[in-house]
Amino acid sequence: MTLVLEQLLNGLQFGVMLFLLAAGLTLIFGIMGVINLAHGSLYMVGAYAAAFAAAQTGSVIIAIFAGLAAAALAGMAMELFVLRRLYARDHLDQVLATFALILIFNQGVTILFGRQPLFVSVPPALNGSVELLPGLIYPVYRLIIIAVGLAVALGLYLLINRTRIGMLVRAGATHREMVRALGVDIRLLYTAVFGLGALLAGLAGLMAGPILAVQVGMGEQILIMTFVVVVIGGVGSIRGAFFGALLVGLVDTSLRAFLPGLLRQVMAGSEADALGAGLASMGIYMLMAVVLLVRPKGLFPANV
Amino acid sequence: MALLALALGLVALPFLVQALGQPALVPLATRVLIYAIAAASLNLALGFGGMVSFGHAAFFGVGGYVVGILYRTYVDDGLFLGLIPGTSQLLITLPAAILVGGLLALLIGALCLRTSGVQFIMITLAFAQMLFFLFVSLKAYGGDDGMTIRRRNELFGLNTRDDITFYFICLAAAVLVFLALWRIIGSRFGMVLAGIRQNERRMAAIGIAPYHYKLAAFVISGMGTGLAGALMANYLRFVSPDMLHWTKSGELMIMVILGGVGTLLGPLFGAAALVILETVLTSWTEHWQLILGPILLLVVLFTQGGLNGLFSRLGIGRSER
Amino acid sequence: MSQPLLSVRGLRKRFGGLIATDSVDLDVVEGEIHALIGPNGAGKTTLLTQLFGELSHDAGEIRLEGEAIDALATPQRVRRGLARTFQINQLLPDFSMLDNVALAVQARQGHSFRFFANARRDKGLRQRAREHLTAAGLAHRAEVRVADLSHGEQKQLEFAIALACEPRLLLLDEPMAGLGHAESEQMVAMLLGLKGRVTMLLVEHDMDAVFALADRISVLVYGRIIATGTAEEIRDNQDVRTAYLGEGDA
Repeated sequence: MTLVLEQLLNGLQFGVMLFLLAAGLTLIFGIMGVINLAHGSLYMVGAYAAAFAAAQTGSVIIAIFAGLAAAALAGMAMELFVLRRLYARDHLDQVLATFALILIFNQGVTILFGRQPLFVSVPPALNGSVELLPGLIYPVYRLIIIAVGLAVALGLYLLINRTRIGMLVRAGATHREMVRALGVDIRLLYTAVFGLGALLAGLAGLMAGPILAVQVGMGEQILIMTFVVVVIGGVGSIRGAFFGALLVGLVDTSLRAFLPGLLRQVMAGSEADALGAGLASMGIYMLMAVVLLVRPKGLFPANV
Repeated sequence: MALLALALGLVALPFLVQALGQPALVPLATRVLIYAIAAASLNLALGFGGMVSFGHAAFFGVGGYVVGILYRTYVDDGLFLGLIPGTSQLLITLPAAILVGGLLALLIGALCLRTSGVQFIMITLAFAQMLFFLFVSLKAYGGDDGMTIRRRNELFGLNTRDDITFYFICLAAAVLVFLALWRIIGSRFGMVLAGIRQNERRMAAIGIAPYHYKLAAFVISGMGTGLAGALMANYLRFVSPDMLHWTKSGELMIMVILGGVGTLLGPLFGAAALVILETVLTSWTEHWQLILGPILLLVVLFTQGGLNGLFSRLGIGRSER
Repeated sequence: MSQPLLSVRGLRKRFGGLIATDSVDLDVVEGEIHALIGPNGAGKTTLLTQLFGELSHDAGEIRLEGEAIDALATPQRVRRGLARTFQINQLLPDFSMLDNVALAVQARQGHSFRFFANARRDKGLRQRAREHLTAAGLAHRAEVRVADLSHGEQKQLEFAIALACEPRLLLLDEPMAGLGHAESEQMVAMLLGLKGRVTMLLVEHDMDAVFALADRISVLVYGRIIATGTAEEIRDNQDVRTAYLGEGDA
């Protein structure tokens, strides 16, 4: 039972990480109509900048600041020099240009930091574990990730439903033309939304540092899962991104945790592990296929 | 005229480069031809049908695995899934790869075409990724490391090991594929497909339901890409999940874009451009992607219609639109 | 009166709080030109779009020749004999005029799963398409790309494509909109020439054209049909005068 609860928490933790990325991706698509493959690169930039700053200064605060700042700066540069020219283009051009950005970011990071993964330790102050329930001991750091993720989700909810910017964002996601017609400075709105998305991606990246290896390619791995989240949740919908992310996080984590064990009861250990891992990796894609069969526009379509 | 020159050039090429003392260029040209088949097939869906598939590596890789698995089964003298005997005959493995590529495209396409636009891009990508993980986990067929195919498939007692012979096999396949695509593009089906790309609402209003036509184009596209994968597995004598990796889908798209979307011969130029660029750049630096990235960015941002468009604007060659 | 060609009963459509179509009853009988008029925003195009199956309705029933077609998608309705023109042109911009019409002819002939023969050299298709263009007075422009045509020509092409579908009932969404005076007269003449051979439901703001063409007129206001009758009856109808004509025809 505690094992199940622990895995549920792991799934929740992974889910909120996915949410941080999916929220930005889905907003950027919803508002600007741009599909940004390089969103994962911002995550990577955040992770590397934080890891580097932490190694140089040893200060958690500086590391957090560095990660956020680097991701936001990279994101704004990306918007200014490349994406801004792509808003009116078709998706194919957007895919290709942002694919090119991935190549550039990945090679750039490889040149700066090498191919070896960086390992980041958990800040000492957060390095403990707490006993949540009798027998259920869980790392503090992961609990903090969950808390931060949920706080961000709440913050986004309030921002989008309670503020003027949020009103524009909501209107922009469903009636792009209308917002333009209202005479809002659409460029400023775009930059703000893009900056916010980049910031969230950087936040996810810097928090991921201590629990995953910081390496080139980390961005694409999570980006593709983020796509699954966005498709399941409904493109352009923040609410969809939230529930989609939690769903994908939970399903993926529990399949990885329990599938090899289940398979081992019917086949040899090593084969079961390999097949279980493979099938577990496929699980969320199956989930996506099923969701699409039932609801082609996702669970929470933005354009009703 | 230009077409005839191109054909003659491709036939003469292996002899020419040998006379020039550059025999290493024959395998390079073979790679160009194989990628041209894959890119031209992708172009049917992407350029002519307007379906931006980001998952064509799936068909490419699965085509390769058909060759690999059939060869492995042949060597082990076993039955694949307890049903299918192995083989190393090119005349069986290639059609098998085409068939499997088509069936897979039917399955993936039937699901993905329920969506469109950005969702379609993401979903095709996700399905390819799913297959990638499947083959990574199949330890029986090499898992992560892939598997070697000790000898190329046989064809009429030809020495397929010979670079020039294999080049001509690939050239023949490429010619057949391009001829087929040329007929398809100009046919009634091709007209409908092009119409759907331009305006689905109009097509519905004249009584044409787009779904089945798009699906058929997607399947044909998957078949051609599967064929290319099978040739590539033979060429490399190796197949691994790398062939299924999402960056492979990206590369195929780059070739289409470089050559010019929705042109018949564009993908050939695009494949040549990317393969040659990659070869040249890797000989300079291991960080060649740092050069490729900006080039690609410039092409997307500042040229319309890729190389083919550039050529025709400069008055060289002709656009096939 | 025999069974109407098109019969609509209790059709309703609502977008959120807005009722776009409110319990519409409408009959179009074989051979007539039935005009649908009403102030801007009355829901005329929305109604056409529902009849054509591009937009689903919330309640009610649409019958074509007595058979319910509510469940059919647009392409199936086209095969049952519906066709429409669009107020905002829906054409294939990269194709020539002839290609556009030939595709409609091709669709009319059945499925298009033919992969080998060149469709542009198909005499059966091209000849038929040329005839349709000639009938629409566009033959001299057959090879011009649609993107290079004038608005008026595109409008006429819309019409030629719809006719190439050989419809029983043609839904026309403001065929005169944006046309010059001469072009409008040409269009009216063309519609008059077809009268009796093709049944038409005509949405139009140009009242001269409506009164010249229509056998019967229905008036749609705020999603409701408030009157149906001949031109005289509509002109004299007090409700129509206050609700619509009194406000001036936009």
